[in-house]
Amino acid sequence: MRLYADSARCSGCRACLVACSLNLFQENNPKKAALTILPHFPAPGVYEVKVCTQCGECAAVCPTNAIKQNARGAYYVEFAECTLCEACVPACPENVMFVRAGLADVAWKCDLCGDCIAVCGTNVLRLGEIAAA
Amino acid sequence: MNGYGGNILRVNLSTGKITKTPTPVELARDYIGGRGFGAYFLFNEVPAGADPLGPENKLIVSSGPLAGLMIPGAGKCDFTCKSPLTGGYASASVGGLLTAEIKYAGLDSIILEGASAKPVYLVIDDDHIQLRDASALWGKGSITVEKILKDELGEEFQIACIGPAGENGVPYAHINHDYGRQAGRGGVGTVMGAKKLKAFAIRGTRAIPVADLDAYRQAGMALYKACKDSEGLGPWQNLGTTMVVSWCDEIGALPTRNFAAGSFAEGKTLYGPVIREQIVITDKGCFGCPSPCGKYSRMKRYGTRVEGPEYETIGMVGSNLGIADAQDVAQINFLCDEWGVDTISAGSTIAWAMECYEKGILTPADTDGLELKFGNVPAVFTLIEKIAKREGNLGALLAEGTKRAAQKIGKGSEQFAIQVKGMEQSAYATHNATAMLLAYMTADVGAHHNRAWAITYDLQVGRELVGADKVARVIWLQHVRPMFDTLGACRLQWVELNIDLEMYIPALEAITGVKRSWQDLELVSERIWNLTRLYWAREHKDFGRAWDMPSPRFYTEPPKTGTTAGQITKLEDVERMLDMYYAQRGWDANGLPKPETLERLGLANLVA
Ligand code: SF4
Ligand code: SF4
Repeated sequence: MRLYADSARCSGCRACLVACSLNLFQENNPKKAALTILPHFPAPGVYEVKVCTQCGECAAVCPTNAIKQNARGAYYVEFAECTLCEACVPACPENVMFVRAGLADVAWKCDLCGDCIAVCGTNVLRLGEIAAA
Repeated sequence: MNGYGGNILRVNLSTGKITKTPTPVELARDYIGGRGFGAYFLFNEVPAGADPLGPENKLIVSSGPLAGLMIPGAGKCDFTCKSPLTGGYASASVGGLLTAEIKYAGLDSIILEGASAKPVYLVIDDDHIQLRDASALWGKGSITVEKILKDELGEEFQIACIGPAGENGVPYAHINHDYGRQAGRGGVGTVMGAKKLKAFAIRGTRAIPVADLDAYRQAGMALYKACKDSEGLGPWQNLGTTMVVSWCDEIGALPTRNFAAGSFAEGKTLYGPVIREQIVITDKGCFGCPSPCGKYSRMKRYGTRVEGPEYETIGMVGSNLGIADAQDVAQINFLCDEWGVDTISAGSTIAWAMECYEKGILTPADTDGLELKFGNVPAVFTLIEKIAKREGNLGALLAEGTKRAAQKIGKGSEQFAIQVKGMEQSAYATHNATAMLLAYMTADVGAHHNRAWAITYDLQVGRELVGADKVARVIWLQHVRPMFDTLGACRLQWVELNIDLEMYIPALEAITGVKRSWQDLELVSERIWNLTRLYWAREHKDFGRAWDMPSPRFYTEPPKTGTTAGQITKLEDVERMLDMYYAQRGWDANGLPKPETLERLGLANLVA
């Protein structure tokens, strides 16, 4: 499974980011979310939603094997094992592996909890099988 | 404090001094946040008789306890100051992402004091707070400036800025945020300009603490689910506020040619579905909103883009100016945004000037040669720039707002200056909609609709009916609707999606740890309402009943065309409504709170 985003439907509200930070960190802090909303304004006037595709590149480069797969098939960061080395960050093709020293002392990513989908009013996000390449 | 950023930031622009103090618990208890905090600080800290454009006035920017949290539409920010337009209380709300960022930076209110000698902008990056030179930004349009600051500081910063109108003291200048959302009314941008503050930018990276995390997540999710299950969601998402254009046209509430009528024969091309199809390119929501009413549009003919046009703008710079083309209206909207004026006051002032011109009260000599007829689109384009620059006779005159311009010109033009307390009436024609008329007469900032949108109630119970129930309904709305601006969330999920008010109660309790009922919240609203009334009375020696009177047009001149042709409110009904309103509020016959009312609301210590 992975998360899919239809950017054209996004209204830039960031409800998904708060829901995400609540799931990952039990905190109200959209700066600690595992999706990215990129507004392109005033022109062309669109939002771009970046999500994890569960490609596993991050897990492949993690020297401590802190990035594991959960029951939903999502790669997630086992916080206790992350040493904040940042190897995963450049490895991510979607730019959605997060390390922000000062904000959290671990790396983080999408673990497919689905809370973002629950709050998104314009149905941008959905879970689906990973399409065969 | 749970649910709060936790601090009040003060920036003195005269001295450059920056101070931060914890948000007082009693303040949160008695005034909750948002416009409550604004009213409290205004009344207690801005000295009586202060010049609105002087250093004594303060611009108070406030978030609220729901803002920035997982609550639908938790994105409302309040701007309060003494109004340069009315000389009374000004409070303007803006959506978008600003209010959430204020909380993440650990703040509840930002109080801008004093006045800088040179143009500056303020950067708040968590605890790093700095005033910077804005000479390179001065004179630039508000959309342009927002883009410059985003490029310079980064996308994570949220920006509030003014355009040239705010710099030049036009008393209805707005504050822009998120490329086209505005704190529009009452001249909050004018006060920012008088302080020589071109912009402020804010980023916060902190979490907002809540009292009971699980209960809050449950209550928040329940609210989102209710919104997404609502039947109203689809149409509202599709059209936003433009949904009401056709309805207003049909019931005779769409302001047409300076409120001469309430239906616009040429207006079908301004209906919501037409706007959506012709110009809208994306939905654009405020923070946390599952039902984004914001629409972002592209005007191919002009090579421009704008957030909107919203219903109020369509009414005020479309039908009210006799203009029926979606791209023209959206372009006027864009020019107002960039030059920095409120579309409602600008539309009304220009409409008044057009009527003056068509009646021969203003001649080509007065208009610098502009052919100021209703429907003249290029003339409107020119005028917005002239107003923002106070250029020429006409620019300078219209930069005064409708009330003062009409006082200057006289010749009966006061009769059709459509305003209350000096604030131009927003886009509901009230020839025959008595609850809505009363809502405009008594709104605490002047003739603005957001305190009580009572027009649906008029249709429900009978438009010309005047009675105690109707008055009570207006008062109830004036307490419930502004409570959302106090809490820092949007009211439209309640209004448009029919979300049960009771659903907010467990969420608020889980967030703040304080149990409050709607009865309790309405009491806070009533306290704020009375405090603002006291403020008006303090600032205007002659304040009283006469200040609550509507434009004479609505009780003397029945429309000649449209649904409400021949219909009018009787003056005696206007007076009767005021009598009932004052009695129900516990005010005297002149509309001033009685001592026992102040006592009941805990405000007795404020009057000497
Ligand atoms: S919740 Fe949906 S509409 Fe809002 S920012 Fe996220 S993806 Fe976009
Ligand atoms: S309904 Fe509109 S105003 Fe309210 S939060 Fe959503 S986008 Fe903002």
